[in-house]
Amino acid sequence: MIQKDLRATIVLELLFPLTLFIFGAYHGVLQVFYRAGLIQETSFLGIGYYKGLTAHGVINAIVLTTFFAVAFGHAVVSQQLGPSVSAAAAKAGAALMVVGTLVAAGPIFAGKADVLYTFYAPMKAHPLFYIGVVLLVVGSWVSFWGWIPGYLRWRKDHPREKTPLGAVGIFSTFIIWQMCTLPVAYELLVQLIPWSLGLTAGVNVVLSRLLFWFFGHPLVYFWLLPAYVMYYVIMPRLAGGKLYSDFYGRFVFLAFIVLSTPLGLHHQFAEPAISSGYKALHTALTFLVAVPSLLTAFTLAASLEHGARQNGGKGLFAWWAKLPHFDKERWLFPYLFLGLVIFILGGITGIVNASYSMNAVIHNTSWLPAHFHLTVAGPVFLAILGMSLYLSVGVLGKKIVAPRVAVSIPYVWTIGVFTFSAGLFYGGLKGVPRRTNLGMSYLDELSDAYRPDWRIGEYIGAVGGSIMGLAVLLFFYVLVRSLASARSEQQADSFALPESEAYHNEDVGAVRNFRPWIVAGVIAILISYIPPLIQVLGAKYPLVSE
Amino acid sequence: MAINSAVPNVEKKVLLASLMFAAAMLGLIAYAAIRLGISVPTCITNVKPFEEGELIRVAPGRYEAHVVAKTWSFKPNRIKVERGSVVDFYVTSKDIVHGFMIDRTNVNLMAIPGAVNYAQARFDKAGKHQILCHEFCKSGHDNMMGWIEVTP
Repeated sequence: MIQKDLRATIVLELLFPLTLFIFGAYHGVLQVFYRAGLIQETSFLGIGYYKGLTAHGVINAIVLTTFFAVAFGHAVVSQQLGPSVSAAAAKAGAALMVVGTLVAAGPIFAGKADVLYTFYAPMKAHPLFYIGVVLLVVGSWVSFWGWIPGYLRWRKDHPREKTPLGAVGIFSTFIIWQMCTLPVAYELLVQLIPWSLGLTAGVNVVLSRLLFWFFGHPLVYFWLLPAYVMYYVIMPRLAGGKLYSDFYGRFVFLAFIVLSTPLGLHHQFAEPAISSGYKALHTALTFLVAVPSLLTAFTLAASLEHGARQNGGKGLFAWWAKLPHFDKERWLFPYLFLGLVIFILGGITGIVNASYSMNAVIHNTSWLPAHFHLTVAGPVFLAILGMSLYLSVGVLGKKIVAPRVAVSIPYVWTIGVFTFSAGLFYGGLKGVPRRTNLGMSYLDELSDAYRPDWRIGEYIGAVGGSIMGLAVLLFFYVLVRSLASARSEQQADSFALPESEAYHNEDVGAVRNFRPWIVAGVIAILISYIPPLIQVLGAKYPLVSE
Repeated sequence: MAINSAVPNVEKKVLLASLMFAAAMLGLIAYAAIRLGISVPTCITNVKPFEEGELIRVAPGRYEAHVVAKTWSFKPNRIKVERGSVVDFYVTSKDIVHGFMIDRTNVNLMAIPGAVNYAQARFDKAGKHQILCHEFCKSGHDNMMGWIEVTP
């Protein structure tokens, strides 16, 4: 059961960012029209392209994902470890996150923070933008800290038992988050906020970028791992089977603690000031982090096969048809399953990005948004949509209205995001830049920069983006109607997340405790980041201001 | 199924296969970097940050381009070289972060204030290449560009 005194917090943490997401999605759709040259303006209905792009990135990639990870974490931890979560910490965390988001939203919508969510100095934003981001992150820390005493108690009371897998996944997610947000907290508190307040003359730009990308890649695992928790814990049950390997589940989550951070330089291949040898080291570590995802592909495919065979599936591949793809009773299944299908392409294109020399072809082109819309807007976003609907409706004791529409949403989204990405991949290989209002120059027939060969990719992107917008409309239709349905106290009390049993229930000592993995992670970070840090600090770059 | 301390063989094999896949990909990159000489920008310490952009003809068919990026232009922004030329590009920024990408080449760099970036390109075909700023640098970003003309 999900802890009763967390219900209100969970619902707030799901619905508050989804409300903001209406704008995030709106400007996502607008961007594809700007980029296709169908809107040839610097702004539309009073919102500038780059202001909208900043809000789209901050809301969708930072606010929605952080709130969701915390809300889902509350549900999983309190269900699997008993009523162990500090409700006071949960409320304090939620309050900090809401206040932080509102404080940051002010300057964004006032046009005083057009710095994108990567806040690349020395582009300067209003101090409140940075302060709001800090509060949001600290709020997520406080929520996490509220789980720790209950976990330690649970371990003490259950000395012979393995920690439930979902809790292992959620704790791994937040251990990574805690480690990777410390350098970016330094960047914000020591570099950006004092400079933005006018207390310092400028910023060591090279250092700030190193600190940002220390955070920037583990951030994607912070997005992804809650979805992994759903894949390992919930999906096999929905498929009618068991998790193929409990050991792999644990090993994968713990391996991410070690491997998700010491590889940020693969975002900085095109930069000066860092030796190519260090970049090569981070490339090697990036390939290692593909291993847990490959293991996941195996385990989940095996779990799905097990489920399908329980449902009467036969043959080498024919069993795929026996999964609940269109079952309106198990409408959550396609949100998870299709996310995995999308992630196959997202993962492969990620390996391309990490491939050192290949980066020169696609760095900062539209290939990149095409890639990460197949990860963060693929498995991550579909898991967030599906679980937000499942969890908010569940803890409120409501019921899903229009379950067939709920089933259709992930299919519409998948068609949209594949189309969108196809167009942007094609454009990226042709050199179309990302983060650029193309209609003002490259896709303006009257400009001497006009590139007719870029048109087709952006048109395909616009079609895909529109289909994605349609999926979002369908989602809010189901969400709003379901939340407005009649409430049943009894249903709310009996609501729980589905949990899978293990088919291979191994007990391996190495994956029993977090501590050795955290120590290994810290060592990996020190080995991979101390040399480039010494190089950057030793070069004494000037403080720069815009 | 009861708890079993042994990890089944199939799982060990999958782990091994995954590690081999990662090693194979890495091997290909090492091959490209070491044998084919395709690498990424490194830390340049032998070039002083320059203030002015210029194209220097070092020898026939050999050029050094000192490119300064500044909102919202490159200097020089029209570079003319003859077919077959090899150009060393040194790129820096005078204000905020910019990008420096030359269409249909492997030159794809970040221009960072205070630091100098480097890439080399060889132009074997006559024609025009667009230079683009591919990093968001505020309102005029979408019009920050230049051209390289390769004469026959």
